[in-house]
Order: sequence, then structure tokens, then C-alpha cells
Amino acid sequence: MAKKKKRAARLATRSRRPIAARRSTARQPIRQTLDLNACEQFLLHEARLLDDGKFEDWLKLFTPEAWYWVPSEPGQADPFETVSLIYDDRRLLETRVRRLLSPRMYSQEPRSRTSRIVGNLTIEESGKDGYTVRSKFMMIEYRREQQRLFGGTALHRLVQSGGRIMIAWKRVDLVNCDAPLDGITIPF
Amino acid sequence: MHVMSEDLSNLVQPGRVHRQIYTDPAIFDLELERIFGVAWIYVGHESQVKSPGDYFRTFIGKKPVVLVRDAAGDIRVIHNQCAHRGSLVVANDNGNTDEFMCCYHGWTYHLDGRLKAVPLQHGYPENFDPSNPKTAMTQVPRVRSYRGFVFASAAADGPSLEEFLGHMATSLDDMIDRAPDGEIEIAGGVFKHAYDGNWKLYLENLCDAAHPIFTHRSSIDAAQQQSDAVHSDGTGEIAIRQMRQNGAPYSFWESQVGIWTYPNGHSYLGDYHDDAKLVAALKDPVFRDYIAAMEKKKGKAETRRVMEVRRWNSNVYPNLSFMSQFQQLRVVHPVAVDRTVVHTYNFRLKGAPEQMFRNTISFANTVNGTGSLVLTDDLEIYNRIGMGLSSAGAEWIEIGRGYRSDLPDAHGGRRGVNSTSEVYIRNMLDAWLGYMTAPTLSSPASGGGKYPAA
Repeated sequence: MAKKKKRAARLATRSRRPIAARRSTARQPIRQTLDLNACEQFLLHEARLLDDGKFEDWLKLFTPEAWYWVPSEPGQADPFETVSLIYDDRRLLETRVRRLLSPRMYSQEPRSRTSRIVGNLTIEESGKDGYTVRSKFMMIEYRREQQRLFGGTALHRLVQSGGRIMIAWKRVDLVNCDAPLDGITIPF
Repeated sequence: MHVMSEDLSNLVQPGRVHRQIYTDPAIFDLELERIFGVAWIYVGHESQVKSPGDYFRTFIGKKPVVLVRDAAGDIRVIHNQCAHRGSLVVANDNGNTDEFMCCYHGWTYHLDGRLKAVPLQHGYPENFDPSNPKTAMTQVPRVRSYRGFVFASAAADGPSLEEFLGHMATSLDDMIDRAPDGEIEIAGGVFKHAYDGNWKLYLENLCDAAHPIFTHRSSIDAAQQQSDAVHSDGTGEIAIRQMRQNGAPYSFWESQVGIWTYPNGHSYLGDYHDDAKLVAALKDPVFRDYIAAMEKKKGKAETRRVMEVRRWNSNVYPNLSFMSQFQQLRVVHPVAVDRTVVHTYNFRLKGAPEQMFRNTISFANTVNGTGSLVLTDDLEIYNRIGMGLSSAGAEWIEIGRGYRSDLPDAHGGRRGVNSTSEVYIRNMLDAWLGYMTAPTLSSPASGGGKYPAA
């Protein structure tokens, strides 16, 4: 009984707590021009957070209205009329990250280890509200005696907010997005 | 290794099953022959081949086949194999063509599989007959469509599709009845997810009402703790509701949800996510528009009847599972005794508001998505069963929940005393045993034939 109460209390304190809620959603004007180097440093930082399993910190890189998308088809036009390997609006992305932190996420017991290489950066488009950066990535995922290799193209929409670079949206096109795939649990 | 029928009949016993049927490659090979080579196997939907020349490449068991609409507009299922050297003829997943051509020596075929032309024909023996129906991309002997759902049987004789489906046809009816225009079409792409486990495990989980609260604990907790006050473009709404509902207590499953089973291994789980829980029922403007469209086309009484059909997953043994409420369909493809690929599709309800289909897509991403917060834990279970069954620690595994409490069903089936009963697994394995131990109708040709023995 005591155990049950304790659990209920713990859930109560945790419930409805938004992950990494931001105090202000006001977008700051761009203060500096982002060069390719700044973008690359940012993407490397993001890749490192993911490889280190710091998913809460990774989530903090996203704006409050952000979305994260891994299409199921090459050149997929939108995430609403066709299924996606992952399509998360902010609310689902927070849920995804909270689940990744759960000790009862059995598809991550044992945990995966990943190693990413990010490169071939180009700035595809830049305007006063942000930059679209295209990059290539390769990710090795090791879990329970099996190693998988993923690769593809990422598009990041980067904006500046409060002097920081943030992700307004991210699209990841896997080379084998339409292949039969075992479960995908670690974000790309 | 030769597995005798009498050995097989010992592997399924009251309330338990031997692990061997999930792990033995010889039994897997026999299943391809005696189940996938005999039963009505779901192949595809007519909306995937709307016009003459449209084709869709798939498999019956492990045999590559093509679902095609021929020049006359008839649906055909033909073996995807050139009669010359056996090469796969159709390599694309789908498309439209006037004819099929093998890229090895240029043999061409009509859309119904008949041989059309052979280059260098004078080089073949005099008795080579291009019109021989066996020198063709041969047709699967029996192909039938139930209201657009195409099934094929590699057995020349056997029960009709209608007999095979029995009362389960009403679940297929429900898919179609939910469309205001009375028509549905496959749309929105396909998921192909895979696991290292036996094909039978997949359908055996789809009506399992006792697992969500354990297996899906991480997504239940994550969704229940999720603030609804953050930004959402609306796509996560159904996903969050579905994950939260997975946390319903046992008392709910035991008192409000049922499980029904029918001959030939078919079954369905009663609806535990009724519309009120997932689409906020009439408070949701999209759903209100949908009901209005339904009532306009079908009348109030029929609309009410359709909305009161509450079925979660419906399984047509051995390779099909679908869910009418959110227009999902899954096709199980056995790859090896310990490897399975599942293709999942969505249907668009013609005449329904556009947003309904977006909800369908959003739902698919949650329950069938390869990167879903829910399905990934099911895939983990299949993998773990695959690994666990490789141990002889427990020779026999339990399928006894609810055993001896099954109840007769008005339509000739049996239902569980409540939804957590494993009656549907026992029912599948009864069908399995029936197929696997049935006397073979025809023996394979033994030696001899055209050429003298060496």
C-alpha cells in the first residue's frame, strides 16, 4: 500500500510537467549572420547529445513549435497524407523524449549505443527568419549483439532565439526509408 | 528433416503449445506448403490496381506473385517468374504496364500471364508451344475478391472464400460500411516493419488484451505525463489518446471488452478505444462532419448501426489483420522461421472529411509506425520470444488463460469469457493443426517426367 501511495505521489509530481518548457515563445530577431562553421558546430553538438543519450538536452535545441520528421518514402511531400517513420509535433516529441528516459522502455533494454558522422554541409536557403541547412549523416547503432547502419540526408531549419541557435524543424531522409526495418527507437 | 503429421498433432495440446512450432525450420517449410500453399491468402486490395495494366508486387508465403488488372479489367494473381529461366519478371513494387517482359532473354507476357512472344523462337525444339498454359507466368489457381479485398489460394480445390471467411466477412464489411460513399481505397503509403521471430507471433499478439499495461508502460507513462498545453499541430492528438488508453486497468479489459473467434483461425477483439475515447466523439468537429456525411448518404438508422459496430483488430488467419475504426490493414509475410516482415496500409473512406484521413495517417504512425512509441515495444516482444524460445528451458508454453471458460457465439464461433482470454490463440492453433495435419490432396510428382533418369 505504502509503495502504491509513493508511486502515486511520484506520478502526481511528474504529471503534466512539460519537458524543457520555455518561458517565452517570442522569436528574437536574427542578431548575427550564421556562417557554415557555426551551423556545423551546432549540428556536431546535436549529434553528440544524441550519441551521449542526452535526449532532454537534445529536446532543448528545438523551438516550442518545432516538428521532427523522418519520412517513409523518398521525396515524400508531406507528413499528413502519407505515413512517416516518425512525425512528431512538439507534443509528441516531448512524449518521445520522456519515453526514451523511461527505465521501462523495453525496446531500449539494453540501451543502444550510437555513433554518428555529420558532414557535407550546405546552406540551402537563408532568410531573415532562419537558415535551412542540408547535411549528410551516417549513424551506427549497436544493440544486443546487432549493429545497424543508417545513412541519409538531414535538413535543419535553424533559427536564432535569445542568442542561441535552435531547430525550428528537422527532416531526416533515410537512404533506406522504404525498406523493411526493425524498430526505430533512437532519433537520427 | 521430415516432420510427420502424427508428430505435429502432438505439438498443440489443450492449453499449451510446444515451442518447436515457432523455432523448427522444417515446420516452417511445411507451413509454407500446407498453410500458405492451401489457405486463402490476402494478396491486396482492388484499389491498388485501379486501371488495366496496374500491377502490385507481393508474396504468397515466400512465393513472389503479381496482383494485376488485365486488359479486360479482370483481377489476376500470377506467379512472378519467367517460364524460361525462372527469373523474377516484375521488379518494381507497383506500376502500370502493357505487358510484362523478362529482362534476361526478352520473353514477354500478357497481363494475364500468358506468353506473348519469345525472341529466337526458331531455336527451341519443334514441340515448344508458346500457347501451353504452363509456359507462362502461371496464374494462382483460385483468386477471389470479397468486396475489393483480393485473396488467392494456391490449392485448386477447397472451401470457397466466403466459406473460409464465414462470419469474419462482417469485419471486412465494417471497413467499407464506414465510408459515406460505400467505397474505400488504399492510400498514404506503406510501413514495412520487421522482427527476428516467427510469423505466428504477430497475429497472436494483436488481440492480446493483457499485454499493453506491461509492454507499453513507457509510452503509457510518457503520454499520461505529457502536458496538453504545449504546441501541437493536431497530429499527435489521436496518438496521445491511444497511448493513454493503453493504460486502462485490468478491470476495464475484463468487464468492457470482448474477444470473439471463428472457424479457420479468425478472431476479433472488441473495441477498447471507442470513438468517444479517441476522437472525442461528437465534440470533435471533424467527427461531427463525418457523421453528417454518413447520415446524408446512408440515413440515421444505418449510420447508428455502423457506429455501434465496435471492433478493434480483426484477424483473418493466417496473414491478415485489419482495424476498421481507423482503417488500418496489416499483411504478415513469413520470411524465415525466425524472421517476419509486416506490411501495413491505410484506407481512405470515400465521402468522409479530408481530416479523417489525416487522423488515419496519424493513427498509423502511432500503432503501426516503424518508429512508433508503441509498436517498437511489440517488436521487442517478438524478438524476445524468438530468443526465449531457443531455450529448451520450457518445452511447452502456455496458452491457457481463460481455458474452460470459453462461451459459444451466435455465429458459430466461440468467445472468451472476457477480452483477456487467450481463446483466440487457441483458436488460431486449432486452425494451424487442421491445416498442418490435413491429408494432402495431391502428391508431388515423383521423378520421371520428361527426361530420362541419369
